[in-house]
Amino acid sequence: MDLHTISVRRLGELLARKEVGSEELTRSYLERISQVEDKTKAFITVTEEEALAQARAVDEQRVRGEELSPLAGIPMAIADNICTEGVRTTCASKMLENFIPPYDAAVVERMKKAGSALVGKCNMDEFGMGISTENSCFFSTTNPLDPEAVPGGSNGGAAAAVAAGEAAFALGSDTEGSLRQPAASCGVVGFKPTYGRVSRYGLISCASSLDQIGPLTRDVTDLALVLNTICGRDERDSTSAAVDVPDFKKYLVNDVKGLKIGLPVEYFGAGLAPLVADKLREAARKLEEMGALCEEVSMPHTDYALPAHYIISSAEASSNLARYDGVRYGLREDAEDVLGMFKRTRGRGFGAEVKKRIMIGTYALSTGNYNEYYVKALKVRTLIKQDFARAFERFDCLLTPASPATAYKKGELKDDPLAGYQSHIFTAPANLAGLPAMSLPIGLVDGLPVGLQLIARHFDEGTLLRAGYALEQSLEQTGRNRA
Amino acid sequence: MKISEKEVEQLAFLSRLDLPGEELADWTKTLNAVLDYLEPLNKLDTSAIEPAAHVLPLKNVFREDRPQQSLDKKLVLANAPEEDEGFFVVPRIV
Repeated sequence: MDLHTISVRRLGELLARKEVGSEELTRSYLERISQVEDKTKAFITVTEEEALAQARAVDEQRVRGEELSPLAGIPMAIADNICTEGVRTTCASKMLENFIPPYDAAVVERMKKAGSALVGKCNMDEFGMGISTENSCFFSTTNPLDPEAVPGGSNGGAAAAVAAGEAAFALGSDTEGSLRQPAASCGVVGFKPTYGRVSRYGLISCASSLDQIGPLTRDVTDLALVLNTICGRDERDSTSAAVDVPDFKKYLVNDVKGLKIGLPVEYFGAGLAPLVADKLREAARKLEEMGALCEEVSMPHTDYALPAHYIISSAEASSNLARYDGVRYGLREDAEDVLGMFKRTRGRGFGAEVKKRIMIGTYALSTGNYNEYYVKALKVRTLIKQDFARAFERFDCLLTPASPATAYKKGELKDDPLAGYQSHIFTAPANLAGLPAMSLPIGLVDGLPVGLQLIARHFDEGTLLRAGYALEQSLEQTGRNRA
Repeated sequence: MKISEKEVEQLAFLSRLDLPGEELADWTKTLNAVLDYLEPLNKLDTSAIEPAAHVLPLKNVFREDRPQQSLDKKLVLANAPEEDEGFFVVPRIV
């Protein structure tokens, strides 16, 4: 059996039956990494020692007969903007090239407690700004399904690691589609939980009102297992919600009878590749055959979502990234005076995309522009929220594309100042409204995966799992492991 | 053109970013392209709409005010580019 393609659930069964040990499993993943990594380049740092130590500890716990989490001993990858104590965390930026966090993010604490073995920290677009992982200050990641294609972004490294069998699942963050769009490009499941569902403590901030940590997995069952571990209130993140967390496994039922699914017409317009649209409609028909009710719905402000998102995310990022000043941690470029040091440090430490967003954010927040840009964008955010609220009066969830097309070719978007920003056109609205959303692989077009997105009401992740699970059961597995 | 080279220079200063003079023309072009992209928002009448800074109806979140363990000073200073006797060292300010 190929340990690099099967699900976390099945790996957990093998471990529980002692058909394979955690250390053996982790070694086989590390071996896989050493085989494919010079092509895929999914990792900035591989944490072999840490992974093996964790795996051995789990093996010992199993020998002692201790009760173990379904994620115990499972090899995982984590995006390089989530803090890991003692393990370099760079955000794929020169600014943090040598930053070693003195503490773990809340989700890392939870994963360590569950016993998952961290095999490495994944490549991404610098500070999460990008759609292709070509904005990393280190190197680009390659899509495991096509050596000419990018893996999407910003979490292209984490999505590629799961798709290439270098990790059984991964965690990353999603500010405008950074989990869902690369998941679609690489043929894995990507999930953005409701804003507040998962603690952001220890996630390096980019746009705080939009950022949310979520999983990348091989299937919907694995998604439920990871959500069971990472969700829940944390006092250290004041926006984390005091809302009960269900056992997400209970939604893994192959039954969508009577489920009302809306297809927003604005998401199926000119921006969508026709073959991708066909696949999505085919999936909608499958759901109907299983008893769901699919109907079109209008979300009239959809076209305004991306520009509003651009302003809000840039404004928040310009403020969050002010902390990189060369004083307490990160890069320092020396100068005669302190102002010179700030400017030189930031001028050399940040890449072009990050500088662009910082300047646009600073512009939008400046006196004179504040109302015209920032407040305007916040008002549009209200309109987007209202569009969703109206749709959810009639529907349990919405079905949309996760990305306008399959994975881009490398370098395809290099000379565009808006560098394929449209690539997140279908994912960014859910961040503006704080809604849970999932990207699910539903098949291939010209050999590359297509992602279907489902969006639900606040804290109704369950409906996404239910619809996603049913759809997954009815679809053939797509080729996911050809690195 | 929404912003001139001179304004971009000022913006870079406010953002505390060193931009080499020879890059200024390119940056001006890039930033104007982004601002053009944002332009369609002005077509929308939002005079009667309340802004939404946040998505959840969160009010002030309080916790009990009690001392807690914080990180060890040595650990915190370990990432400092320059430190001396428990302080961060920076170039001359005044």
